[in-house]
Amino acid sequence: MSRRSTRAARPQRVPGTLTGAQIVWECLARERVTHVFGYPGGAILPVYDAMPAYPVHHVLARHEQGAVHMADGYARASGSVGVAMATSGPGATNMVTGIATAMMDSSPLVCITGQVSSGLIGSDAFQETDITGVTLPITKHNYLVTEADEIAPAMREAFYIARSGRPGPVLVDMTKDAQQAACPFDWDAAEPKPPGYRPDHRPRAAQLRHALELINGAARPVILVGHGVVLANAEGLVKTLAERTTIPVAMTLLGIGAFPGSHPLNLGMMGMHGEAWVNEAVQQADVLVALGMRFDDRVTGALNTFAPNARKIHVEIDPAEVNKNVAVDVGLIGDVGEVVETLLPGVAPNDHSAWLARIDDLRRHATARSILNFTDDGRLYAAHAIHDLWQATRGRALVVTDVGQHQMWEAQYYRHESARSLITSGGLGPMGFALPAAIGAKLARPDADVWAVVGDGGFQMTMAELGTMVQEGLKVSIAIINNGCLGMVRQLQEFFYGARYHATPLVNPDFVTLAGAYGIRGIRVTERSAVIPAVEAAAAHDGPILLDIRVETDDAVYPMVAAGAGLDQMIRRPAQEALR
Amino acid sequence: MSSTFVVYVEDKPGVLNRVASLFRRRAFNIESLTVGHTDTPGVSRMTIVVGTDRDGARKVEAHLYQLVNVLRVDDVTSTPAVYRDLAMIKVQATPDTRSSIMQLVDVYRARIVDVATDSLMIEVTGTEDKIDSLLDVLRPYGVIEAVRTGRVAMARGGARTPRVRRASAALRGPIPRLPSDADRDTPVPLSA
Repeated sequence: MSRRSTRAARPQRVPGTLTGAQIVWECLARERVTHVFGYPGGAILPVYDAMPAYPVHHVLARHEQGAVHMADGYARASGSVGVAMATSGPGATNMVTGIATAMMDSSPLVCITGQVSSGLIGSDAFQETDITGVTLPITKHNYLVTEADEIAPAMREAFYIARSGRPGPVLVDMTKDAQQAACPFDWDAAEPKPPGYRPDHRPRAAQLRHALELINGAARPVILVGHGVVLANAEGLVKTLAERTTIPVAMTLLGIGAFPGSHPLNLGMMGMHGEAWVNEAVQQADVLVALGMRFDDRVTGALNTFAPNARKIHVEIDPAEVNKNVAVDVGLIGDVGEVVETLLPGVAPNDHSAWLARIDDLRRHATARSILNFTDDGRLYAAHAIHDLWQATRGRALVVTDVGQHQMWEAQYYRHESARSLITSGGLGPMGFALPAAIGAKLARPDADVWAVVGDGGFQMTMAELGTMVQEGLKVSIAIINNGCLGMVRQLQEFFYGARYHATPLVNPDFVTLAGAYGIRGIRVTERSAVIPAVEAAAAHDGPILLDIRVETDDAVYPMVAAGAGLDQMIRRPAQEALR
Repeated sequence: MSSTFVVYVEDKPGVLNRVASLFRRRAFNIESLTVGHTDTPGVSRMTIVVGTDRDGARKVEAHLYQLVNVLRVDDVTSTPAVYRDLAMIKVQATPDTRSSIMQLVDVYRARIVDVATDSLMIEVTGTEDKIDSLLDVLRPYGVIEAVRTGRVAMARGGARTPRVRRASAALRGPIPRLPSDADRDTPVPLSA
C-alpha cells in the first residue's frame, strides 16, 4: 500500500452539492438541535469531520450508553428531541441499553450511527453490526441509509416520528460511503410523509359523552396521572380537571411532577412502592380516570384484583395501550391535553368530601408508621437523607434518579411541584441512568439546580461520565445514597430468598477521593444532622459536588406489593421498635 | 382459535422482518404468512393467520399499526371472505395407480401439471381443508413431496375495495387519518 493511499481522501465537493456528512448537520441545525451527545469512531468519522462548520455543540461522552442517556435526560428536561451519535459495531451496540430505556419511557430520541460502507455490508467487516436488526424491537422506527440522497428524508422523518404521537427513539444507520458521497441537498423536498404513520388520533364524541357520564356520576373517583401528561405538557389542564371535579390524583412513577406534590388533592405515587393510602384508594375507587399512563405491572399489581369495582376511563395516545393490560370501559385515544380540554366544559363540579375524608383516614393510619416520624436514634436512613435534600433545596431541584431503593425513596420523600422536575427511568430500569441523564438535563436547563440521586451500585455503572461532566464544566450535584450493597436486590433477598445475601454486598472505592481525582469536591455524610449543611455547601459551591451519604444497609422500601400480589396487599414498614 | 388478517404494507426492504419481529416479541404464533404485490405499485399485501382469540386479535391489529410501514390492517376473521391455499403435490404413480390418482384429481378439481414415468405432480387450490383432504387420500399412493403457499384471503363483495384504494392513495397523498375515520363522528364540544 502506498503511503499516499493510507491518508483518507477529502470528500469530493461538487458545486451545488453537499456531502452526506454535511447533510446530516444541515438537518440537525434545521431541526434546531443545539447539542449532540456522542462518541466518534471510524464509520462515523466523515460526519465528525464535517461538524465544526455547524452551530451544534458536541458533548463527548465516555461510553455510548452514557451518550444516549444524556440525550434522553436532555429530551426529558427540555421536551425536545435528544440526539446521540456513535460509530458502527461496538459504538452502536453500546447504545442499546439507552435506546431501550427511551423506548420503554416514550422519550423522543434520534440516534445516528455510522455503518461500514455499503459494499461491505453482510461481509462481517470490521466493526460491522446489523444495528437496524438489533434495534428493531427497541426503536419506534429505524433506517438503514446507503445513499447520500436518502440521508435528508431519513433524518427529517426520524425527527418527525420521534417527536409526534407517542414519542420514542428512532435510529438512523448510515453507511460510510453515503456520508462521503455528494448530492444536491433539498430540505423542502425531504419533507416527511410516511404514508402509514398516524399520530393524530381523536376520540369519538360518543365515547367522550360516556366518559363524562362516568366522571360526573362517580362517588369514589381517582385520577391516575402518567408520563403522557408530562409529554403532552398537559399538567395545567389536568390540574383544572382535578380542581373542578375535586377528584384526588394518584401518580405513576413517571407521572410525578405532573400534578403539584403539595396540592391538597394530591395522593402521591401509586403502585408497587406507592403509599398505602394511594393504593387503597385506587382499589376502592368506583371510577378511575387514567391519563397518559399504560397500566404497567408495577402500577396495577395483580391484574385480576386491580380496582375490581371501578369503571375505567383510559385517555391514551397509543391505541395499542388501550385494553392491553387492563380492560377499560371507555378508551379515549388521543393527545391527553386535547382530550382533557374537550372534557372540561362537560364536567360538573362535584362534592366528593365523603370520599376525600375516607382517604384522609387511610392516610392518617399510614403516616403513623412513616419513617419520617421516627425519633432520631443516631441512624441515618436514606428516607431521611432524601427528605432533608428536599427541604434544603426547597423542593425546587431538578432531580435525576437512578434505579433501585433510592429511586423509590426519592419518589416517596422528595415532593415535586412541577413537571420535568423528576427524571427517572421507569420502564426499563437501567442502573447507571442517573449521572449521564443529569448531565443531559443540565445542558438542556442550565439554570436548574440539577441533582443526580444515585445508589452506590448504579453510580459505578456509569461513573466514567464524571469526566464528561468536568470536561463540559457543568455543575451537577451528586448524592450517592451509599448503603454498601445492591439495596433493591438485597431487599428481594431479604423478603423472598431467606435473607441469603449473595452477590449483593459491594466493596466500594472511596467516592470522595474519586471525586477529587476529577477535581470535584466531595463530602462524606455519616449522620443526619450533616445532610442539610452538605446540601447547602453544594449550593454555595461554584462547581460540581459529590455527596457520599452513608446510609443504613439494613433497610427496605415500604410499603411493597410483592410481584403477583394485589395492590392493597402490601408489606408494611415495621414500627421503629422492631428495628432496634 | 385462529384469526386472519389482511395487512397492507409499504413495499420496502425489511418490512417483512418488522412484521415477523412484532409477532415474535409479543408472543403471538404465526400459523401462516403470505406476502405478495398488489395491483398498486409500492404496496404489498400480507395474509397472516395467527393463533389467537378475539382479544389477542385486537392487540395484534393495534400493535401492527404501531409499525410505521404498515398502511392498513383488516381483521377478516369474522367477515365473509374467500380463503385460498395453493399446493403442489408430487405423488408416486405406477401404470397401475395412475388412472385412479387422476380420478381423485378430477374429484378435487385439481390439475396434473407434470407427468413422469413413476410420478405425477398435482396442483390444487382451495381451502386448507380441501387440500388436507386431498393429501389424505393421496398419502396411500406415496406422497414424495408437497408444498403449500399458506392462506390468502379476500373479503367478499365490494365493501373492502375502497379501503384498498385508500391504502394505495395513502402512498401519494398527505398523511392519512385513522382507517376507521369514515366510521367516526366528529368530536364536538360537550358543554351544550
